[in-house]
Amino acid sequence: MAEKIDARGLSCPQPVVLTQQAIKKGLTEFQVIVDTGVAKENVLRCVEKNSLSGSAAADGDSFIISVSKK
Amino acid sequence: MKNFFSSKVGIIFTGAVIGLIAVTLQKLGNPANMGICVACFERDIAGALGFHRADVVQYIRPEIAGLVLGSFVVALFTKEYQPRAGSSTIIRFFLGMFAMIGALVFLGCPWRALLRLSGGDWNAVTGLAGLAAGIGIGVLFLKKGFSLGRNYKLKKSAGWVFPALMLVLVIMLIYQVRAQSGLLFLSAKGPGSMHARITVSLAAGLFIGAIAQRSRFCTMGSIRDIMLAKDFHLVSGVLALVAAATALNFVYGQFHPGFANQPIAHTVHIWNFGGMVLSGLAFALAGGCPGRQLIMSGEGDSDSAVFVVGMIVGAAVAHNFLLASSAAGTGKFGPAAVIIGIVFCLIIGFTMREKVS
Repeated sequence: MAEKIDARGLSCPQPVVLTQQAIKKGLTEFQVIVDTGVAKENVLRCVEKNSLSGSAAADGDSFIISVSKK
Repeated sequence: MKNFFSSKVGIIFTGAVIGLIAVTLQKLGNPANMGICVACFERDIAGALGFHRADVVQYIRPEIAGLVLGSFVVALFTKEYQPRAGSSTIIRFFLGMFAMIGALVFLGCPWRALLRLSGGDWNAVTGLAGLAAGIGIGVLFLKKGFSLGRNYKLKKSAGWVFPALMLVLVIMLIYQVRAQSGLLFLSAKGPGSMHARITVSLAAGLFIGAIAQRSRFCTMGSIRDIMLAKDFHLVSGVLALVAAATALNFVYGQFHPGFANQPIAHTVHIWNFGGMVLSGLAFALAGGCPGRQLIMSGEGDSDSAVFVVGMIVGAAVAHNFLLASSAAGTGKFGPAAVIIGIVFCLIIGFTMREKVS
C-alpha cells in the first residue's frame, strides 16, 4: 500500500513541502491528497521537477495525485 | 481542460498584462508608480470609510473590488469557488495588519515595489531586498514544519460575503460621486484624489482578477518557490511584469531614474528594507502576497478575506498612530512598529509548528 499524504486544507506551499519531504525520504511511490486546483498544480510541478511522474484524479472535492517513477 | 494560464507562457502573459495595465492606469490618472498597489489602495479604502483621517489618501479603489470580483466570477465558472475557513483566523488577521504596517513604512506592497522599480525608483531595490529577506525567514519556518493548520469547507454562501462587500463599496462610491452625499471621505488633494475613471479602474481590476485567479500569480510565492524548491515558475511572471511595465514607462515618458524625489517614496534605506522584511515574513507565513490574498478571498477563502480585513485595519492603525511613512521619511513610531511586527511574526513562526500526518 502506497503511503498517503493528506494535504487537504493546508495553505500554500505546505502541500509542496510535504511532497518534497516524502521525496527526500526516498519515497518514489506515494499519493498526495489535495483539495484545491492550485495545490494540485503545485504538487504536480514539484513531482516533475524531481524526475518522478504524477497523475491527478478527481475524488469528490479533492484530487488524489499518484506519484511514481518515470 | 488544461489550464493555459498555469503554464509558463500563461504566467508570463499574466505578469506582462498586469504591468501594462498598471502603467496605463498611471497614465489615466492613478498616482505615479502606483498603477495598482494593493496595500496603498486598501489604505485608501480604509480612509474613504473614515477608519483613518489622513485626508490625502481616501478613495474607494475599484481596482481592489475588481480583483476580488474578477476572481470570484472566474472561480465560479471553473468550479474553483470553494468556501473554506478555520485556519488560525485571528493570527491571519494580525499577519495582515502587520504586513500592512510594514508596507506603509516602505510605501507599497510587492506589486508597487515592482512598479516603482519599473518607473526608475531605485529605493524599490532596498524594499525588494527586504521582501526577499523576510520571505527567506518565512521559508526557514516552512521547512521546519510551520503551519497555521488546516482549513475546512463551508457552505456555498459563506464565500459570497466578501465579494458582496466589495460590490457594496463600488456602489457606495458611485452613489457618492453622483449624489455628492457625504457618504464617504474622498480626498480632494494628494494621491487619494488621483485616479482613473471608475469604470476603467473596475474593468482593469476585474480583468487582472480573472487572469490572476487562473495563473495563481503571486509575488511572494515567486521568491519563496525559488528558495524552497528552486522553482522559477512564478518569478517568470514577476520578471515579465517588470519588463513590460518598464518598457511602457519609457513609451509614456514615465521613467525617471534615481533615489531622490521619487513619487510617494522616501530614501530612508534601512526602513525601506526593514518594512518589507516585516511584510515579506508576514506574507510568507500567511501563504500569499496581498494581491494573491484578494484573489483567494474571491475564491471563497475566508481566511484570506480576514487577512485583507487585517490589512485594512492595519492601514487605519498605521495612519492613526503615526506609523506610516510619507515623502518626508518614516513616521514617528514606524520603526518601532516594524520591530514589534517582526517579533510577533517570529513568535508565530517558532510556536506554530506541527507535524502534519
